[in-house]
Amino acid sequence: MKRHRIDCRRLLCPMPVIKVQNAIEDLPAGTLVEAICTDPGALNDIPAWSRINGHRLVETRTDDGEYIVVVEVVSE
Amino acid sequence: MSGQRKAVALISGGLDSLLAARVIQDQGIHVEGINFFTGFCVEGHTHAIRKRDQKKEKRNNALWVAEQLGMKLHIEDIVDEYKQVLTNPKHGYGANLNPCLDCKVFMVRKAHEWIERKGFDFIITGEVIGQRPMSQRKETMPIVADESGASDLLLRPLCAKNLPETLPEREGWVDRQQLFDFSGRSRKPQMALAASLGIEDYAQPAGGCCFLTDEQYAVKLKDLWQARGSRDYEMDDIMLLKVGRHLRPSKAYKVIIAREEGESNFLQGYRKGFPHIKTVSHGGPLALIDGEVTDQDVQLIGRLVARYSQGRNADEVLLAYTDLAGETRELRVDPMKPHEIPKDWLI
Repeated sequence: MKRHRIDCRRLLCPMPVIKVQNAIEDLPAGTLVEAICTDPGALNDIPAWSRINGHRLVETRTDDGEYIVVVEVVSE
Repeated sequence: MSGQRKAVALISGGLDSLLAARVIQDQGIHVEGINFFTGFCVEGHTHAIRKRDQKKEKRNNALWVAEQLGMKLHIEDIVDEYKQVLTNPKHGYGANLNPCLDCKVFMVRKAHEWIERKGFDFIITGEVIGQRPMSQRKETMPIVADESGASDLLLRPLCAKNLPETLPEREGWVDRQQLFDFSGRSRKPQMALAASLGIEDYAQPAGGCCFLTDEQYAVKLKDLWQARGSRDYEMDDIMLLKVGRHLRPSKAYKVIIAREEGESNFLQGYRKGFPHIKTVSHGGPLALIDGEVTDQDVQLIGRLVARYSQGRNADEVLLAYTDLAGETRELRVDPMKPHEIPKDWLI
């Protein structure tokens, strides 16, 4: 499974959501999008955006002050 | 054209846009939401930065509304394009630096471009005649429709009965009789409608959701423009205006001093772009210097930063000053006394 990493460090919400959204628009179904964030709000906002828009939340975790959210792209 | 009609709703995260989208959904229209990020949206930013606010719920209200309504939400980054709206508003500003009418025209124009690109049929907003003193008045409703280019593709379900029929009503996609005739500043009709639809939880923004309506923020932005000699800004500028104490001891520079640990941590991310000072001998804030400084200025700034450290009553405070090249040197200062800080330094 291909993994696409997005650096969202220092960005405040909703910018991490926008970066994930814009990346997913160009990625094929099945791709994993991994957002690395420093705004803890991303732990709520990216999963909420994924649920609303029909993508699958794979994982959220905290790693040394960074918040990582992994979403699988699902086609319509 | 046949099949289910499709509308895009401008979703701010507040009650009005929620209701507007919901009542159109209830008429069998496929509705998706669009939310615009200007960089000045209040949404959660200071909560994300300030440590004492970290435990507060960090709900993005636009996302939350979309989830409640079971509709998709598209968040559009309009930070760069919005500069033109803010720095040169055709219809002027409100009480502070809020170009509300130009802002609404711009957002509806972006929504109109979006529906043309995506093959949607019309646009919904939660506007109510008389709700807002600048952008939601009887006279401004046609201005928004005309100047945005949306014309009669713009439907305001909450006050539609007070306005001329739009295309979705004329074509029978939407039943005008089931729309509303709200007007004025009262929130009671919206609250009653929410209750009748079983909607109990919704955001209650006090005074809007935009930093440009905030007097203190507007003063800081004006100061930034004045100091630079141009009405321009970058994303980092507008983020930094939300953080810390801003003091301007000279036209040549200002100092941004963190007010607490969360703000210090946030400012850490900007250290490489600014000369900065950190207290060494005592607990204290990180301070960024925005502008050009002499050695004499650095000494004065050191005394100012020491004033806001835990060493404020000490005879001497040790600080570390790092210049733009990354060179660090020690500063030993006597902290400023409160009376030594002129009131007009505080922006």
